[in-house]
Amino acid sequence: MIVRILGEGQLEVPESAVSELNQLDATLEAAVERGDEAAFRPALAALLAKVRDVGSPTEADDLRPSELIIPQPDATMAEVRKLLTDEGLIPG
Amino acid sequence: MVAPMGVMKRVTMVFRAKANRALDRMEDPRETLDYSYQTQLELLQKVRRGVADVATSRKRVELQINTLQQNAGKLDRQARDSLAAGREDLAREALTRKAGIQTQLDDLQTQYASLQGEEEKLTQASQRLQAKVDAFRTRKETIKATYTAAEAQTRINEAFTGISEEMGDVGLAIQRAEDKTAQMKARAGAIDELMASGALDDMVSGPHDDIQAELDRMGATHGVDRELERMKAEIAQSAPRQIEGTPAASSDGATAPASTTSTSEPSEQE
Repeated sequence: MIVRILGEGQLEVPESAVSELNQLDATLEAAVERGDEAAFRPALAALLAKVRDVGSPTEADDLRPSELIIPQPDATMAEVRKLLTDEGLIPG
Repeated sequence: MVAPMGVMKRVTMVFRAKANRALDRMEDPRETLDYSYQTQLELLQKVRRGVADVATSRKRVELQINTLQQNAGKLDRQARDSLAAGREDLAREALTRKAGIQTQLDDLQTQYASLQGEEEKLTQASQRLQAKVDAFRTRKETIKATYTAAEAQTRINEAFTGISEEMGDVGLAIQRAEDKTAQMKARAGAIDELMASGALDDMVSGPHDDIQAELDRMGATHGVDRELERMKAEIAQSAPRQIEGTPAASSDGATAPASTTSTSEPSEQE
């Protein structure tokens, strides 16, 4: 399965890691929903660390779309909120 | 209340929705490919301009850092000179000004590192996009050459969605870099204005460099004092030689007869 880290590119992640990634993602989502800045940063860092640990970069000319997309490592909570709605993307 | 589905899936859906809307606008899939390719080339140009913009800002901050470092170095030397001359008050003033410049320097160095990071990220984004755009062009030509509506649609959709995602990512990266560069430009502009107005300049090298003026004055005074000492010493050395010269001469034969004569004269008078 292909996972994209925004600003960094795509990684091929084994399916076996998916449930653990989903757990880390649920923690991140809960922090964003609560507006809990203190929990947000470590949650995003943990998710990114896991993906980097289990994933390996795809070829640069691979045109396959990603199944999952993770916000950029230095994203603020406001930026993540925007990414969850259409506003986060540039129109066009 | 939306059922929890995770940040990753929700972000992906937003990217997919955008690609799907673009696909829906196109009637002929081949048209989609050509149109998308044009957009990709435009985005490539944009990301390269972005890299150049960030580099320009970074160089500007670098120049400011160099100037401020020179100023800080000069104040440091002035502080040492002042201390050597026994003027702790002047040394303190120089170090206070240096601390002010150091604060600016620290801030600029943080900005510099941040700009370097953005430049690096955008350069890599540009390279990734270039690789995908090249792959897309090849794929596009293949699909068009072997076009049969049924199978082409799926392949087009996949390639389009993939490249659209990359473009969305690069677009966001460009926007982040632009935001950061704009902030840097504003701050670099403020420092340039300070330098142009002389507020920063005057502190260390401008016409009102009072620390240097005081050091120069002290230096000049010191020079005059040394000159005076040297002259006094010369005079002190040569004067005794003249004074001692006369009695020394009397001790040898040249003046001895005269003195003998002079001493003998009264005796003759007696």
